[in-house]
Formats: sequence, C-alpha cells, structure tokens
Amino acid sequence: MGDDGCSTVSVTVLVPGVLRAECGGSSTLALRSGPTLGALLDELAACQPRLHRRIRSEQSVIRRYVNVYVDGEDCRLTGVLATPLRAGAEVQILPSVAGG
Amino acid sequence: MAHVLCIGTEKGLFTARSDDDRRSWEIGVPQFQMTNVYAVGVDKRSSTNRLLAGVTSSHFGPSVAVSDDLGATWSEPDEPPLAFPDAAGVALERVWQFAASPTAAGVVYAGTQPSALFKSTDGGQTYDMMPGLWNHPHRPQWGAGFGGQAIHTVLPHPSDPDRLLVAMSTGGVYRSEDAGVSWNPANKGIKAYFFPDPWPEFGQCVHKVARDAGDPERLYAQNHHGVYRSDDGGDSWGSIADGLPTDFGFTMVAHPSKPGVLYTFPIEADGRRYPPDFRCRVYRSTDAGATWKALDNGLPTDDFYPVVLRDAMCTDDAAVTGVYFGTRSGEVFGSADEGDSWSLIAEHLPDVLCVRAFQV
Repeated sequence: MGDDGCSTVSVTVLVPGVLRAECGGSSTLALRSGPTLGALLDELAACQPRLHRRIRSEQSVIRRYVNVYVDGEDCRLTGVLATPLRAGAEVQILPSVAGG
Repeated sequence: MAHVLCIGTEKGLFTARSDDDRRSWEIGVPQFQMTNVYAVGVDKRSSTNRLLAGVTSSHFGPSVAVSDDLGATWSEPDEPPLAFPDAAGVALERVWQFAASPTAAGVVYAGTQPSALFKSTDGGQTYDMMPGLWNHPHRPQWGAGFGGQAIHTVLPHPSDPDRLLVAMSTGGVYRSEDAGVSWNPANKGIKAYFFPDPWPEFGQCVHKVARDAGDPERLYAQNHHGVYRSDDGGDSWGSIADGLPTDFGFTMVAHPSKPGVLYTFPIEADGRRYPPDFRCRVYRSTDAGATWKALDNGLPTDDFYPVVLRDAMCTDDAAVTGVYFGTRSGEVFGSADEGDSWSLIAEHLPDVLCVRAFQV
C-alpha cells in the first residue's frame, strides 16, 4: 500500500533516446505508481514534468505520434490510460513512424 | 554594430548574423531541429534582446522557449510554459505569434492555435490564457483555414495598455478596449467571398494586420483576397488593392518608423498560389496603399514559384531599415535599403515560416 492508502506497483519506464534529455539522460526510470497507465503517467507528470509533457498534452491525452507499450502491448489496444499495470511491468515509450 | 536575423522553418530555427551592415551573413546551426518554428519574437526592452520561440514537434507537441544570448542557447521551464486550462477542454497545438507590450515591462502576448490569446508577465517564460476572448460567444463559429484555427496577429496599442487588436484565420479582426476583458469584432468593409453573405460581422479570413508607424489608428490588412486599410482603428476598412497585381497574399508589413510605408508579397489567387506572372517581386507603397511600386532589383529573374507565408516577411530596426522575406522553397532575401535593392541571404533551407530581424 502506498502512503495514501492506494495500492502501488513498481514499474520500469523505458525512455527513447530522443527524449532522454528531458529526464537527465536516463534510459530507464524506476517508478512506483497506482495500478494503471494513467496513474503512472500522473506520477511521471509529478516527478518528470519535462518528459511527461512530451508524451501527453495538458488535457492528459497521449500525443498522436507517441506510442506507449505496456509489457509489449500497445496501450491504445488495451484500454489506453485504463491499461492495468502488474507489479514489475515494463512501460516503453516510442515515437511512432511519422514525419516528413 | 551587428544585425541578427532569425529564420523559423519547418525544421528548426536558423539564426543569421551580419557584422558588416548586412552585406554578408553567417548562418549558425539550426536550433530546435525537427520542430517547426512558426513564431519568433524579439523583446527589445530587455537588456539581452530576449528571443522568444514557439516550437512544435510533430511527435512531442508544442512549447515555448526563450534565449538571452541571441539564440545560442535556449531554456524553457519544466512545467508547460503555455497551456490551456483544464476547463477549456482543448490542448495547445501551436504558438503563432508573440507581441511584447510597448507599455508594460515584462508583458508578452501570444496568439495560439486553437484561437486564443495568452499573456505573460515574466518576460515570456510562462503564460496564462486570457479568458475574455476564449469565452466570446462568437468562438464556436470561428473556423479553421488550411493552416488551422489560429490567432496570428497580436497588436497591442503603442501607448494605451487597455487597447489590443488580434486577427485570426478564420474569424477576422477583434478589438478590446479594456485590456482584454471584452472583445468586439472589427471587420466592417472586409469581404468574405467564401460565405453566402460576403459581408458578415465576423468570420473573415484575415491573413495579417500591421499598424502604421505614425498613426496608431491606421491599420493595414492582407486578407484571403482583399487588401485593406483602416484609418479609424478598425471601425471600418477600405480597399487599397488598386495598383497591386492581385489582392491575394499572406504578408503585410509596415515600415517601423516611416508613416504610410508598407510592404507585401502578392500571390496570384486562392486557387493559384504562385507569385503573379511567376515573378519574384515585393510591392511597396509609400502613400498608405494609394499607389504601389514593384521592387525586384536583385531578386531572381527566372520563373519563380514559391510563396511567402504571413510571418515570413519583416523589417529590422536599423537607421536605414532592412526588409527581409523567406520562401517556402527555403530562400531568404534581404534588402539593406528599404527594398530598393535585394540580395540572397540563405538558400536550401527548409520551408521558411517566419523571419524576425533586429540590430544589436
């Protein structure tokens, strides 16, 4: 249980090279969050705001050309922000294939 | 004495510097690579000539950054520097325009997509949305041009801090006389040919508005067809398109110190977006749009196809005014003699979206 009484899980976030400057150069982040992807991104907004705002807009919507995979599954196919996180989950941020 | 030229493009911000009175330019490596830079502002009130940049990554969204070393390094806060409040229900797509207040130190306005006006009181580092315009009852009827729905013109009054003018595509011109609390449309005389009623109260696709150097009530507007002047602060508008080869275009630039002098780069038509006769020509008026003169001394003489976007033309603040424009094919031309003669400053850049120039 977390400090606020909510259940929490340990999660590893994999940061793509193009975004590492936004979190001090780290390629991975170890976080504890609530048991959904939305809760994890809220935690990311609190502890890594520069990284977070590259991933989600101020309306908390994952940006169109950013993909988030939870244990290898595209979150847009598994409930988006409601995607459940297991203890030890691996969350990978990847820019999509787009651009000109 | 040096001259600085900021060139915002589809793939980064280029900064050029001239140390020989604009005869030659050195262009630095692009900043914000792989972002489009629709807006650059220069706050000449600051001791550092602070630069402001609105940058948008197609993947990672928009942001705003500032530089206090003429573009060598840039900074932005960790938290979003410019964001819509939760209740707005929308997210920032792009910053289209910066305007430093001429009357209040540290105040900078930003026009955005979707159409909203933001205000900074810390020199352009962080912004809050101004709710008066966002809550305007007309807003649900404002449309979007091909480039999106955006406020691309922000003109604070030069001496009255309560008076602001904005222009948007589409929606038209709006004015406030109470520091942005309330707003009223100011489009009387501006035609909107694309509506069943071509003379609506609002909804016009204004492309750019500029204010005369000598008379703050005199305004110039380039529209989506139609070139206009207002002599009463926007109460009414009349055509100044006679003497131009066409009334379509995006740019409208007023000379910074000579009343009645203005510049534009005409485009043939909405449905034919090439320079008229495929010729690269700037048009200048020295009598507030009554007559126009084509300027092409030093510009390309071959067939010329690219256009100049709304913020891709500017003047500088040198004693003899410089004029600059960039094209969608990545060329930048400059004149150090108010448009009488021109030379190529840069080529092979990405599409040029905006230019801003100043003397340091």
